[in-house]
Amino acid sequence: MLGQGFLESLYMTLVSSAMAYVLGLPLGIILVVTDKDGLRPCAGLNRILGVIINLLRSVPFLILAIAVSPITRFITGTTLGSTATIVPLVIGAAPFIARMVESSLKEVDKGVIEAALSMGASPFEVIYKVMLPEARPSLILGAAISVTTILGYSALTGFVGGGGLGDIAIRYGYYRYQTDIMLITVALLVIIVQVLQEIGMKLAKLGDKRK
Amino acid sequence: MTTDGSYLMSTGTSLIQIRGLCKVFKTDAGEVNVLEDINLDIMKGEIFGIIGMSGAGKSTLVRCLNFLERPTRGTVYFDNQDLSTLSRKELYRIRRSIGMIFQQFNLLMQRNVLKNVCFPLEIAGVKKKEAEARAYELLELVGLSDKAKAYPSQLSGGQKQRVAIARALANNPKVILCDEATSALDPATTKGVLALLKDINKRLGITIVIITHEMSVVEEICQRVAIIDNRRIAEVGYVQDIFTKPTTEAARRLVFPEGERVEHFTSSRCCRIVFNGSSSFEPVIANMVLEFRQPVNIIFADTRNIDGKAFGQIIIQLPEDKLAGEKMMAYLRNRGLTVEEVKDFV
Repeated sequence: MLGQGFLESLYMTLVSSAMAYVLGLPLGIILVVTDKDGLRPCAGLNRILGVIINLLRSVPFLILAIAVSPITRFITGTTLGSTATIVPLVIGAAPFIARMVESSLKEVDKGVIEAALSMGASPFEVIYKVMLPEARPSLILGAAISVTTILGYSALTGFVGGGGLGDIAIRYGYYRYQTDIMLITVALLVIIVQVLQEIGMKLAKLGDKRK
Repeated sequence: MTTDGSYLMSTGTSLIQIRGLCKVFKTDAGEVNVLEDINLDIMKGEIFGIIGMSGAGKSTLVRCLNFLERPTRGTVYFDNQDLSTLSRKELYRIRRSIGMIFQQFNLLMQRNVLKNVCFPLEIAGVKKKEAEARAYELLELVGLSDKAKAYPSQLSGGQKQRVAIARALANNPKVILCDEATSALDPATTKGVLALLKDINKRLGITIVIITHEMSVVEEICQRVAIIDNRRIAEVGYVQDIFTKPTTEAARRLVFPEGERVEHFTSSRCCRIVFNGSSSFEPVIANMVLEFRQPVNIIFADTRNIDGKAFGQIIIQLPEDKLAGEKMMAYLRNRGLTVEEVKDFV
């Protein structure tokens, strides 16, 4: 049971992270590019996106998961189990990731971007040849934080019928007072977080040429 | 103006023509005029300096030359093309023939030296093999072929600027714009970088525009210079002309930053100041000079700082004006120092 929960948790976390990045990464890029000293300032779009992201970010995740359950049912046909949980996880994590990506990209030296522009690079080239590669270590660190946050969210969805370790911890550990199971699930979650965080840090350091 | 742009136009062909250029920045506090009615001609093959105090608008001006900043009014002709009429794509294309180097080098930190030099070629769509061959060639030119695989963080400031120069040369530009390119470098490294630029100008015939606040840089390599002061061009001409007879106040300030004349002391009145344990943290002499706005000349000084207290003596030459001298001695006595006049010391 615990083994299955472990795998379910990993499945939810990794699939949701990947899908949340598919949404969050472009959003983060758009936030930076449309900023008032970005490559293509566009105050209106920037403001609207900012408000939407802040709105989604300020709703506590458990409430959000319940609120989006019609969408979840529409997409997966159910609101129970690990696969269904991916929907609220993606909706909850994408805005968070967008902000992480935004802050990583804003760290990129303005001078380097200017240099690329002076060579005749288009904004698109600046994004994928300068901003993303230069921000790589910071983006990887951000990803480690995002993935572990998503793991935390996924455990929380145990309360509303999600799968994985969170579900086990709540059903056995909390409702049935089986402290041993509670402790084991917590320990497993701690281990996953540690490992993911460590991998992220190593990757970020390995790829960083600034020293 | 001894030699203005229009006179020189008849002797050479101009590469860059700036016509009636104005730049206004819109800030929250309102509009700020940064450049007003700039007219300049930069000739093919020359090394042209643009000098001014910080805040004079010279960095904005150089960014208008490749339209990184779009002028609010007026325009720039590059190689007889009006930049303001170009589409985005055409502008990207023309920027490839305008190299630029910066004060902070602005290298890509996550790419090695070779890949940095390849970068503009990549943008221009040059094949990878060709680009790398060209990059090696350029690194040889700037004397850094052994650093091809190093990362910028492993290089010194001078080496970084050489990589930046190699990168600026990659697409065979017609001009290189240097925005305070030597301001972050020490004097010896500055000399080396300037020599390299001079060599590039001579060997490859590439026009060089140098933005700086240091007269020494202009002296070292520029043929002509424009002095920009208070948003406008104050003076344009050959460097030696401006050096020998600056006609505007702005030029004088840059040529003689410490004031044109050095006062010579002819006074024979001296006084000896004995420090007998007063606080060594108080800059007594300097304060006195500031207070009286009259210089004194330190002839002899032998003081020691013992535990925050000053011991020893200083002999200063007082100004000719007898009254001022008396006042100064009184000032020093008031500070608790022993002061006596010494005659015929000099």
